[in-house]
Amino acid sequence: MFKSLQNRQFAPPAGAGRRASAVALLILAGVCAAAGPAAAADDFAAERARMVELVEDYGWGSDAALGREAIDPQVLAVMRRVPRHDFVPEELRDSAYANRPLPIGYGQTISQPLIVALMSDLLLLSPDHVVLEVGTGSGYHAAVVAGLAGRIHTIEIIPPLAETAARRLARLGYDNVEVRSGDGYYGWAEAAPFDRILVTAAATHVPPPLIEQLKPGGRMVIPIGGAFALQHLVLVEKDEEGGIRTRQLLPVRFVPLTRDG
Amino acid sequence: MRPPLLAIALLSAAVLASEVLLTRLFSIVQVHHFAYMVISIALLGYGASGTFLALFRETLKAHFAAAFAVNAALFGVSLVASFALALRLPFVAAALVWDPRQLVYLFLLYALFTLPFFFAANCTGLAFACFPGRIGRIYRYDLMGAGVGALAVVILLFVFFPAPALRLVATLGPLAAALAVILCGGRQRAWPAAALLALAVCLAFALPASWTELRLSEFKSLRQTLLIPGTQVVAERSSPLGQVSVVRSPTIPFRHAPGVSLGNTQEPPEQLGIFVDGEGPMAITRFEGERETLRYLDSTTMALPYHIAERPRTLILGAGGGADVLLALYHRAARVDAVELDPEVIRLVREDFADFAGNIYGREAVRLHAAEARGFVAGSRARFDVIQIPLLDSFAAAAAGPLSLSESTLYTVEALQTYLDHLEPEGFLVITRWLKLPPRDSLKLFATALEALDRMGVAAPAQQLAMLRSWSTTTLLVKNGALSPGDLGKIRAFAGERSFDLAYLPDLRPEEANRYNVLSEAHFHAGAAALAGAERESFLRRYKFDLRPATDDRPYFFDFFRWRALPELLELRAQGGAALLDWGYLIIFATLLQAALLSALLILLPLWLWRRVPAKRSDRRRVFAYFFAIGIAFLFVEVASIQRFMLFLSHPIYAVAVVLAAFLVFAGLGSGVAPRLEGWLQRVRKDGAAAGVLGTWLRRLPACSALELAVAAIAVLAVLYLLALPPLFGWLMPLGDGAKIALAVALIAPLAFWMGMPFPLGLERVAQRLPALVPWAWGVNGCASVLSAVLATLLAMNAGFTVVVLTAIAVYAGAAALLRRPLSVAAG
Repeated sequence: MFKSLQNRQFAPPAGAGRRASAVALLILAGVCAAAGPAAAADDFAAERARMVELVEDYGWGSDAALGREAIDPQVLAVMRRVPRHDFVPEELRDSAYANRPLPIGYGQTISQPLIVALMSDLLLLSPDHVVLEVGTGSGYHAAVVAGLAGRIHTIEIIPPLAETAARRLARLGYDNVEVRSGDGYYGWAEAAPFDRILVTAAATHVPPPLIEQLKPGGRMVIPIGGAFALQHLVLVEKDEEGGIRTRQLLPVRFVPLTRDG
Repeated sequence: MRPPLLAIALLSAAVLASEVLLTRLFSIVQVHHFAYMVISIALLGYGASGTFLALFRETLKAHFAAAFAVNAALFGVSLVASFALALRLPFVAAALVWDPRQLVYLFLLYALFTLPFFFAANCTGLAFACFPGRIGRIYRYDLMGAGVGALAVVILLFVFFPAPALRLVATLGPLAAALAVILCGGRQRAWPAAALLALAVCLAFALPASWTELRLSEFKSLRQTLLIPGTQVVAERSSPLGQVSVVRSPTIPFRHAPGVSLGNTQEPPEQLGIFVDGEGPMAITRFEGERETLRYLDSTTMALPYHIAERPRTLILGAGGGADVLLALYHRAARVDAVELDPEVIRLVREDFADFAGNIYGREAVRLHAAEARGFVAGSRARFDVIQIPLLDSFAAAAAGPLSLSESTLYTVEALQTYLDHLEPEGFLVITRWLKLPPRDSLKLFATALEALDRMGVAAPAQQLAMLRSWSTTTLLVKNGALSPGDLGKIRAFAGERSFDLAYLPDLRPEEANRYNVLSEAHFHAGAAALAGAERESFLRRYKFDLRPATDDRPYFFDFFRWRALPELLELRAQGGAALLDWGYLIIFATLLQAALLSALLILLPLWLWRRVPAKRSDRRRVFAYFFAIGIAFLFVEVASIQRFMLFLSHPIYAVAVVLAAFLVFAGLGSGVAPRLEGWLQRVRKDGAAAGVLGTWLRRLPACSALELAVAAIAVLAVLYLLALPPLFGWLMPLGDGAKIALAVALIAPLAFWMGMPFPLGLERVAQRLPALVPWAWGVNGCASVLSAVLATLLAMNAGFTVVVLTAIAVYAGAAALLRRPLSVAAG
């Protein structure tokens, strides 16, 4: 287990403009980008903007069971700030902003930016949310969530990955992220219950303790698939009475039947 | 001087063994379908050798023994060196979709693995060029050596792990070289032979083991699992079926329970993970006889039949670590017959970890059978209340599509008919697959079941089917008889209690589907209902994945690819839809395309360099077409036969080894006879009495050459087998293994015998008239063989193996026609 990150010298990047109107927000996002902890002017700013533009263009191609059309502008604003190049191995920095997954060592990948955006959007995050992530990986997704939620607890099973992610997030000033190395099955009892849970570690079933630690009205997102290819997303919703319902979503709009006969 | 026939045979055995070993090794390190592609392309080393020899024939001929020895030795050295270097390339097959750099690594892999095959082919090709009068004999030893290699490698894999086995096979290179030096060398023989023997010893024993130590790709699940603190491999076994590793993870336990409902609250007991070729895990679950610890298994879709049938007699096809046996025990099944193919997995569960596993296979009610599932059922006279086919493949394997190019006779229409035939009245066949979106496996299985029931003459097949899905699995239930209202009530209750969605019931109302695991549309229900109804054909036509049921003639259950959908799927790739593409088919197609391009280059290059070689252009074309055609046709028949006999011998490894060995050995015998046959036929034509009754009979036939006779015999036998084998095999299925193998060999013998002839008969004619073209013809044939194996699979996927065989017959006939007119003698 790692010490929680107590680096307070930077302002929290979390949802700074959440309460502002959408238009103001878009402007604000730019301001935040200049002022946020991780958004020091870097050589990749233009590439990052292009990446987010692409993500915005693709948007929810999904068969959209949720009726969502576009990705929440705040998700895009945060992604415009998080320095993805800091989360990939040195030699892959040039590809950091390409819309594709990249290997980060230990047989793990950093997800395709579009998928990170879709999952973050699906979580419907707000600044008062406490979030659990199982499967920290590079820490990139945690950084994006940290920009949208109040606090995020993230567990990584491979110790060196957890260590690197913890150090990286501390260095970049994400002080609302806590990284722990260990078993994700039992969730994080001390910090439970959670408003949102993100399970990026492959599992053949959803651990019952995680369902338990999800607040009524909470949402859990689980991407299903291999290291380089997402199959589909599973969204678990817990209603106010504690009833569970799941939805399965393709990340793209795809109709399996052709129109013509 | 005589050709070093034994050295040729030895080398040929080594080549065949190394093809098998490299494919095995590459499957462990990376993934199987890439192994297939890399080794296929590498075999073009044979084509490259033809080109090389065509250019340097004269120089090498002058020093035959030395050239042969050097190439044979280099085969051994390059086999080990290429493998050691390939292990160090940072190739990640799965990243190929995204990362262009991977293409560079892929080409380096091709180049590395081409080397050993190139050197080995040089030896045989050189022998052809230097001993034109003995082509038949050389080819005989080449083929028979390969035949022995096919059998020997299976035995080798039982004794050794694949990497040491590869090093042993590599020693055959310098050994063959030493033999050639002793048989054909000049005055100085002792020294070079001794040096070569020393090299052989060095390859086997003196190299550091770390050079060929397997390093699994970091994306293999075994390697990832071992990164978890506290994990360790507690047992490792190897057999021709695969490398089996058992992993213990005390700190962060395995909790393998695929498809468990979200309503389940129980944590699985302690487990050991079994990984096969680095993929998995399957679980061996700790069981101490307390039934309650297995309650979580009742929250899977697989548990369905036990809620309809009481204390059934159950057959489990693919027992693995025993999870489904435990499920049956949890439900107090009256008797459980568990079938598992891999003897190493069986030994692990039954012996090494018997105590851990609660000695499940030693229980009174449980019988374990080490057999291939389909063959076991076909040969059994028993009947069962429940036949369960659990999830045999890992989700990753099912999802990434590597299975799509492999044949599977487990899920064909004929297979389902066989299972249904072994059900008691009112019994259930239950098949579970991973859930994929949009639906593929599940709907194809549904269509397969409908077709099987149709063929069995059931009036209303849809009345016997039910399908349900959890958030990660789908289970199809087929009843032997119509589902009663009582059954339907139990299925509804089972699904409702576990939040499983009903995808199909004969009386399912649309509002009942798609309630718990909600999809944007009720794809599973809509698809199943369409397949069960009148719009089935239109649905199959309009669906963007291929859902036509697999048959024994077209046994590619996992192939869903349709060209029509490709542009859309490629476009969706960047938008997160990469997984919608099933790569297996594209891999085969890419292999074919690459092999065709490289072949064209290898075949055309010498022609361009020989602009002035004295051979008529039309003759060159005929030589090319002939050797290309017989290369294609030979492998077509061989691949199709392997498939047919595999069903009969019902074991993937033994069947391939026996069929391949029989084919090669008998073709070798035929090729040795071929040159004499020509002379015999001429004598018979002059004087029929010389050959007794047979001669008199032969004289009545139209005059024909040995080649034409051989092709006619191949055609007659191949057609006869197409018609007669399926019913014959169906009838003889209950025979014992020994009898089956003997029968298979006896059936292959005559066909292979005649198939061994066209190559030496043609090459002798070329050697007589246009000797400069001999190595080139050898190279053309090598390229064609590579293309043929890939093309046969592609053709079988689309049209079936019957079409493959019929095409082969037509190609053979065309080849014979090409050489009706003699070749002109080269001028000058």
